[in-house]
Amino acid sequence: MTRHTLSVLVENKPGVLARVSSLFSRRQFNIHSLAVGPTENPEVSRMTIVVAVDELPLEQVTKQLNKLVNVLKIVELVSTASVHRELLLIKLRADSSVRAQVVTIVDMFRAHVVDVTPDSMTIEAAGTSDKLEALVRMLEPFGVRELVQSGMVALGRGAKSITTERSRGD
Amino acid sequence: MSQTPMAPSRPSSVAPTPHPTAASQPGQPGQHPGPAAPARSAAPAVEYVTGAKAVVRSLEEAGVDIVFGIPGGAVLPVYDPLFDSEKVRHILVRHEQGAGHAATGYAQASGRVGVCIATSGPGATNLVTPIADAHMDSVPLVAITGQVARSLIGTDGFQEADICGITMPITKHNFMVTDAAEIPMVIAQAFYLASSGRPGPVLVDIPKDILQAETIFRWPTDVHLPGYRPASKPHSGQINAAAKLIAAARRPVYYVGGGVLKSYATEQLKVLAEMTGIPVVTTLMARGAFPDSHIQHLGMPGMHGTVAAVGAMQRADLIIALGARFDDRVTGQLSTFAQGAKIIHADIDPAEIGKNRHADVPIVGDAKEVISELIAAIALEQSAGVVADMTAWWAELDQIRETFPLGYDWPADGSLSPQYVIERLGKISGPDTIFAAGVGQHQMWAAQFISYEKPYTWLNSGGLGTMGYAVPAAMGAKMGMPDAVVWAIDGDGCFQMTNQELATCAIEGIPIKVAIINNGNLGMVRQWQTLFYGERYSQTNLGTHKLRIPDFKMLAEAYGCVGLRCESKEDVDATIEAAMAINDRPVVVDFTVGPDAQVWPMVAAGTGNDHIMAARGIRPLFDEG
Repeated sequence: MTRHTLSVLVENKPGVLARVSSLFSRRQFNIHSLAVGPTENPEVSRMTIVVAVDELPLEQVTKQLNKLVNVLKIVELVSTASVHRELLLIKLRADSSVRAQVVTIVDMFRAHVVDVTPDSMTIEAAGTSDKLEALVRMLEPFGVRELVQSGMVALGRGAKSITTERSRGD
Repeated sequence: MSQTPMAPSRPSSVAPTPHPTAASQPGQPGQHPGPAAPARSAAPAVEYVTGAKAVVRSLEEAGVDIVFGIPGGAVLPVYDPLFDSEKVRHILVRHEQGAGHAATGYAQASGRVGVCIATSGPGATNLVTPIADAHMDSVPLVAITGQVARSLIGTDGFQEADICGITMPITKHNFMVTDAAEIPMVIAQAFYLASSGRPGPVLVDIPKDILQAETIFRWPTDVHLPGYRPASKPHSGQINAAAKLIAAARRPVYYVGGGVLKSYATEQLKVLAEMTGIPVVTTLMARGAFPDSHIQHLGMPGMHGTVAAVGAMQRADLIIALGARFDDRVTGQLSTFAQGAKIIHADIDPAEIGKNRHADVPIVGDAKEVISELIAAIALEQSAGVVADMTAWWAELDQIRETFPLGYDWPADGSLSPQYVIERLGKISGPDTIFAAGVGQHQMWAAQFISYEKPYTWLNSGGLGTMGYAVPAAMGAKMGMPDAVVWAIDGDGCFQMTNQELATCAIEGIPIKVAIINNGNLGMVRQWQTLFYGERYSQTNLGTHKLRIPDFKMLAEAYGCVGLRCESKEDVDATIEAAMAINDRPVVVDFTVGPDAQVWPMVAAGTGNDHIMAARGIRPLFDEG
């Protein structure tokens, strides 16, 4: 099973997220992550869906997605030709004795301290899954109080935009 | 997928022009009666109406002549202006499931979009089965449901059900109307979606306060759905690649599915078949798409298909699938299905291509366009001298079909043979009769032992396998094709699921004929119990034989129909003829038949098609091939 990142433009209408997620569940397609938000066009939302499938089912995923009337366009974003980002917030047990060590790690990962109390620190980091995993591994020894991570968002590299790309399945 | 929006090439009752390009593409009704040309006014007039009136006006503008439904609280506003409509006739059914299947039967027989109406909550949920049925069989259906007022949505209000959420996976699309001014556009879009591309059911849910709101009615002249681009024209490169494969094939077979009927391509199919001499099989959904009497027709493939049709596909070197979807009931175990065959797969739905079986030449397009272009491309190959020799292939197939023709034994206990009854029904009522079957043994026998010579004469629930489909579907078919004789061939189990619609038929003057193939049991389940569960007949005896509960003859009479009963071979013809002579009322015939007849041939579920049994214990020697 390989992971594929699909960027899906959908009409900004009620129920579209439910249509997409219910399609994935009833066809037994495996969603790794799904992020949805507004775009430059208020009538259009953009979903970034990471699916764990083989090549042949991926074709089924995109074809079935294309059948949804509210789906406008599907482009697969290959990791080498696109920028992928996830957002991580992690709250650590950290008092003054370890604060400096944490800050050193945070700096190495170009992350930020966004909240601090005498015995805790909250770190914000953005990056690829690999980078965030590495960061979490480094921070775990200090003691993780809680952790939250967003789904992946992605954009193709270069001057072109998704609206000019050829849609998958067309 | 084509970027060019295309109009549906089948006749539809969509009034608005889907796209500017569609204006130059009139519907091609062919031999099949299409709807009257939709009325298009140059400058759409503005009418001040309620939302409910806008619904009725929209149905009128969409060319709807018949709707099936039941009123109830939330949808009640619609029924007031509907009372005055001179264009739309409402058939009051007895159960919403009946409305849904009737709309489906209407659509399958007439080619027009079927329409059903129900109220919120239980009214809407009773439509779920027929909507799922229409979805599986790609039937153009528009379901309009009332919804509780917006102020009550999400509060678990009386008769509230999230029908849009419930039907999301079983509709082509659905809408919740949130502004009365949107009603005409949404209904126009619903009809366009239902009838274009791969047809399917569309549900429009309208809250009661929206139905009561004051608004303006303006029928749209253009339907724009930016995310919906049904393919129509196939890619010429793929057509040429297909033509080359067809010309080079030595053991080809046309695998014809329901898409050929839906695109009105049966004339073209005949031309294509005859110019190539290639054998044809027609699936359960495509019976009638190619004349059964045609020498090149091998019959139906699949679990209960003919040995010749199943064998032709298993031994083929090329399968040309036209509007078919490699359903598990056709392929049997996929890994052993037609292992030596290359696949040309033409379908209007790109998602069907490669879904179950890899396509060597995928063709996305409307079956009629695909077949027409294949004819041209093959003609070109043939004029260049490439004409495949089918002699050896046909010799092999003829030997199979002569050795293993469809047939049946008379029950040893002297009871009436169900296959004989069905065979006689087909013979006596003739090729213009429309048959609607339920689901089970009688359905398979009706697919096997009636000779379908014309398209749109065979209606059934193929994909979902909905018991109870036959009576309401026959009612809808009769409304859509009032001059045709319409027989429902039903089982005693199926019949008891929806026979309440006989009241509708009797009162509304819809003289259908119903043949109950009454074997006293859930026959197909019983057959599986005989074969696979050691003859342990758990919960399959319905008591319709031993106890005569209900007495179908008396039940028919109670419903204002003529009730007949036939229990012996000698009476079969006379009974059918008596039923044929009654045209002022519905007729129900209880054909009391033996319980032990079985459907053969059979490919047991989960096994490969090579394991087809022509009859119990008789396995044609496929492994030799």
